Amino acid sequence: MKPPPFEYFAPTTLDEALDYMADYGDEAKPLAGGQSLIPTMNFRLAQPEVLVDLNGLAELAYIRPAAGGVSIGAMTRQRSVERSPLVAEQTPLIHETMPYIAHPQIRNRGTFGGNLAHTDPASELPAVATALNARFRAQSRSGQRWLTADEFFVDLFTTALEPEELLVEIVIPPLPARTGYAFHEISRRHGDYALVGVAATVTLDDSGLCEAARLVYFSVGDKPVEAVQATAALAGQKLSAAAIDAAAEIAATQDIDPPGDIHASVAYRRHLAKVLARQVLAAATARAKQD
Amino acid sequence: MNTLHTITVTINGQAYEREVEPRLLLSDFIRHEIGLTGTHVGCEHGVCGACTILFDGEPVRSCIMFAVQANGHEIMTIEGLTPDASEENLHPLQASFREAHGLQCGFCTGGFLMTLLPFLKENPDPSEQDIREAISGNICRCTGYQHIVDAVKIAAAKMEGQ
Ligand SMILES: Cc1cc2nc3c(=O)[nH]c(=O)nc-3n(C[C@H](O)[C@H](O)[C@H](O)COP(=O)(O)OP(=O)(O)OC[C@H]3O[C@@H](n4cnc5c(N)ncnc54)[C@H](O)[C@@H]3O)c2cc1C
Ligand code: FES
Ligand code: FES
Repeated sequence: MKPPPFEYFAPTTLDEALDYMADYGDEAKPLAGGQSLIPTMNFRLAQPEVLVDLNGLAELAYIRPAAGGVSIGAMTRQRSVERSPLVAEQTPLIHETMPYIAHPQIRNRGTFGGNLAHTDPASELPAVATALNARFRAQSRSGQRWLTADEFFVDLFTTALEPEELLVEIVIPPLPARTGYAFHEISRRHGDYALVGVAATVTLDDSGLCEAARLVYFSVGDKPVEAVQATAALAGQKLSAAAIDAAAEIAATQDIDPPGDIHASVAYRRHLAKVLARQVLAAATARAKQD
Repeated sequence: MNTLHTITVTINGQAYEREVEPRLLLSDFIRHEIGLTGTHVGCEHGVCGACTILFDGEPVRSCIMFAVQANGHEIMTIEGLTPDASEENLHPLQASFREAHGLQCGFCTGGFLMTLLPFLKENPDPSEQDIREAISGNICRCTGYQHIVDAVKIAAAKMEGQ
């Protein structure tokens, strides 16, 4: 269990890091918190020729207000996001999600951007970022571009980033008025990857009916899976227990196609998906009424 | 590929300068280069917590960091807890683990203590649930955890007066 040899660079500015990424292209991997990359290297599942360590880039470690939401630099530690009063205030769904990611020792080192760039299908943040309409800023030596969550998350451990690009910033817009949110997951032990998890937002119209809802699962597919049929069924409806129950049934049976493994069968994952959908939709609705 | 990098790292208050290959894990650096073998290595992929150290005061896994990344940083290992390692001067956490039988083989213990030290500083009066969450990232194959939880409660009471 020792990592293979590699060339190591520790730039201190973003420009310098982008130069290394441009010069080494496919051979190089950026090293953020290393909490996913180094275990993979220890297993020799990844053997990058060059590592560009981003830990010296103080300019990518920040949490700032941004037009009613927050803007988070890619190298911000997960622990800093968890503890940020600004995040708790402006984007409480992220605040509530952070403690579910691994353990404090991992979050002390793991970064917000690294987690999203890794795009583990069992990871909480990609689903939450999707539910919140997060936007992703990618930068390379030749320029920058903005991506939506749908564009950013492509497949299993795959994002839309080009080899020479870095994820530099994530912007979480504010929730609309009369909107509630909720997050829940089931894992075998606290801090483990979830068997199934889901994030929800619910927006009510003036008369208290459902204007729009989002329900985004993780650990049920290759990337975040949005339950579009379930939420379409809620649009314009009164969010009664019966309506929520019906939507949860649609989500679990029609919107997702979960895998089975030694930890959970397909049937058990569908069961969890339904129970969790019911819980988060009810919780988000209750919060929307107070908003 | 095997370019050596010169690094300076402060461990338990003492500065060390060494030449390292980039791929050398921080856990192996601490054990093999510096000779501080109290930092144990169980899984080498971040799961068991045996290798937990304090990096600039925060608990982290030393098996999923490279030594070269510690250049200019400050580390505390389990050896830093009781500088003279004498029985009378055991740190309250160590004394409580002994008192409550919070260990059997002891393989996991260093990692638990390095996790708990900053935890108790921040949470001087933790609930049982808080304690169980705090140690959820450390695996113990012997104790069944109950005696560890007991030890932490005793330690919290001992340390409160300090
Ligand atoms: C025991 C354990 C339990 C865990 N449990 C969970 C869990 O429950 N939920 C969860 O979500 N995660 C979990 N993780 C993973 C953890 O959250 C990682 O920190 C995270 O997935 C990766 O973030 P990082 O900063 O460590 O990135 P790294 O490991 O450094 O990088 C991950 C990947 O992303 C790339 N990358 C990193 N930053 C950038 C960037 N700015 N631009 C482009 N590419 C980039 C790297 O090249 C690499 O391919 C766990 C990890 C461990 C060891
Ligand atoms: S040896 Fe580092 S976590 Fe297991
Ligand atoms: S005491 Fe043996 S592993 Fe914990």
